Amino acid sequence: MADVLKRVPVREQDAKERATNFEEVCYGYNKEEAMEEASRCLNCKNAKCIQGCPVAINIPGFISKVKEGDIEGAYKVIGESSALPAICGRVCPQESQCECKCIRGIKGDPVSIGKLERYVADYALENDIKPVKAEKTNGHKVAVIGSGPSGLTCAGDLAKLGYEVTVFEALHELGGVLVYGIPEFRLPKHKVVKKEIEKVKELGVKFETNVVIGKSTTIDQLMEEEDFEAVFIGSGAGLPMFMGIPGETANGVFSANEYLTRSNLMKAFDDSYDTPIVAGKKVAVVGGGNVAMDAARTALRLGAEVHIVYRRSEAELPARVEEVHHAKEEGVIFDLLTNPKEILVDENGWVKGMVVVKMELGEPDASGRRRPVEIPGSEYEIELDTVIMSLGTSPNPLIASTTKGLETNRRKCIVAEEENGQTSKAAVFAGGDAVTGAATVILAMGAGKAGAKGIHELLSGK
Amino acid sequence: MYKILKAEKLADKIYLMDVEAPRVARHCEPGQFVIVKMDEKGERIPLTICDYDREAGTITIVFQEIGASTMKMSGLKAGDSFRDFIGPLGRPSEFVEEDIEALKNKKMLFVAGGVGAAPVYPQVKWLKEHGIKADVIVGAKTKDMLILEKEMEEVAGNYYPCTDDGTYGHAGMVTTKIEKLVEEGNKYDVCVAIGPMIMMKFTCLLTKKLEIPTIVSMNPIMVDGTGMCGACRVIVGGEVKFACVDGPEFDGHLVDFENAMKRQQMYRTEEGRAILKVQEGDTHHGGCGNCGGDN
Repeated sequence: MADVLKRVPVREQDAKERATNFEEVCYGYNKEEAMEEASRCLNCKNAKCIQGCPVAINIPGFISKVKEGDIEGAYKVIGESSALPAICGRVCPQESQCECKCIRGIKGDPVSIGKLERYVADYALENDIKPVKAEKTNGHKVAVIGSGPSGLTCAGDLAKLGYEVTVFEALHELGGVLVYGIPEFRLPKHKVVKKEIEKVKELGVKFETNVVIGKSTTIDQLMEEEDFEAVFIGSGAGLPMFMGIPGETANGVFSANEYLTRSNLMKAFDDSYDTPIVAGKKVAVVGGGNVAMDAARTALRLGAEVHIVYRRSEAELPARVEEVHHAKEEGVIFDLLTNPKEILVDENGWVKGMVVVKMELGEPDASGRRRPVEIPGSEYEIELDTVIMSLGTSPNPLIASTTKGLETNRRKCIVAEEENGQTSKAAVFAGGDAVTGAATVILAMGAGKAGAKGIHELLSGK
Repeated sequence: MYKILKAEKLADKIYLMDVEAPRVARHCEPGQFVIVKMDEKGERIPLTICDYDREAGTITIVFQEIGASTMKMSGLKAGDSFRDFIGPLGRPSEFVEEDIEALKNKKMLFVAGGVGAAPVYPQVKWLKEHGIKADVIVGAKTKDMLILEKEMEEVAGNYYPCTDDGTYGHAGMVTTKIEKLVEEGNKYDVCVAIGPMIMMKFTCLLTKKLEIPTIVSMNPIMVDGTGMCGACRVIVGGEVKFACVDGPEFDGHLVDFENAMKRQQMYRTEEGRAILKVQEGDTHHGGCGNCGGDN
């Protein structure tokens, strides 16, 4: 009998092996492992895990189905709350949401909720289990802008209620950050994202790619000329930030967005695709979030020696613990308490190095984290040929600037009610990174659900 | 899919296509651009809009074979389709927003170099439709490389073709024609220069001396074209701008052309390899490092 205090370990691709390929890192559970892990769930009456989930999945409900071996039943339980479980099972920060509330976690490991969700969702994709569709449409037309996590969730929820939903996507592929941002080795595009979106299509949602709202058409025109009664904006936070230090426009300096878009969306890592990428021999990734880890692990797989340059210490790294752990295992080097001052450029305009300064932690700042302070005289040079800036992103002003009466705040985020997504403009709702600034997939999904609820209340007069 | 209704070769390595893209045609204005993607594995290629027909829902694009992707694209025929066609992107030319009466009092000079005649054309055409006649200089290496002549003559006030080798029109660079026009007493309030980076740079050096405010259209490396990647960074007046959302048109006297030209070279090695792959088909498998293909 296995130790009930310990979770069933999940099989992973060997670190040395995976550092050279783009195959998925985590293999996930098989049925036997999933059922064993499910048996650790105490099926709490007052389940704290549900409170930790931004979309309130009935976690003990689906796990008890897994325990019985009824995986299809488990999928139906998750489906009541989430349209994208194969994605969430992979990229949700469970350790700070559902799993951190798990009673099992007091004495031992919390139940591996994320890995169980993933197993159930993958089973449904492999066995093509259909989501439950609305019996008939209610004739109301709703436009959703952006096919990322918030847009897909909002569209899926509304379609289940019978709405005629069209999703407009600016890029040529559906999925938003799921396809341009998160790498293949964390979230397989063909096997998972595409299939999960197929499920949303099966609910009756229509998709139109290559439509840049604010350019190809506007929200006002969608409502006036194309008869959409309500609009949900889930356009994300796509604009990259730079540091503003000398040398930043040199060749070999990229935003993490560009680097990841080339590799993930345009598949530059695969020789049969036409888009190029500068792999780099020695790469510095500036920043410490999940996106920085993704960029670092991508550069590593393209053959570079990779350094994460982060101005605070390991404890403050905003990335998920699992991502930092995986990056280290694969050989990413962490230059902590280090901050760039200047990028050095050769006579051809290419990066040749970076001047950095050592930092120490001072008093806590507004974010509650200790403020990094430069140590005077500690500057030194590092030799590099590529620098990837991963300092965060802000919402694209394209939509706000072309929509009459849509209020934004000083961070260029769209102002919207948290509970129903209502913006300052009638019949226009918003959610996800476009409202909050860069956050997580699951928070965006939560906002998509809220938006769907808001739109349903408006159009059904309830 | 976006159907190609017409495809023709305008000059050596220069092609024109009419493409069905109703949303783009309904909303585009002079100065904006599109991004096209040939097929599943293709690059996203930014191209200037040469003309548009709102009723027919079509966009005319003109492009030059410069790399592997445009080389492949030149093989497309009427009836074929682009997998993706995105736009209109970027901001319209400034004059589109200006007061027409004020605009009528301005004397405008357009200077196009090579394939730059394509983005200049819809601007001059728009002005003509609004009762404004602008002078247009179009430069090419040689007579056979001059494109859109008939079209340009129809919409321009005065049309001045130039060839570097003197085979047609004014003999010499476009800059020498500008100098000549100004010497002859022509006064211009605004110059719009679109063409190869080096041509825009020298035009700007001259017009700065002549004190003619000048607008240029930048065509840097881009991926998404909606502000997301930041690949298209240009330095304008010491500030970093994104050509795709802040431009593509900027004050030419403030653009850092040295930086822009260096940035255009960023993927030269990769591009060399890609061109070989297209030219040699299956006989070249790329990345061997021995054949000298990347030099």
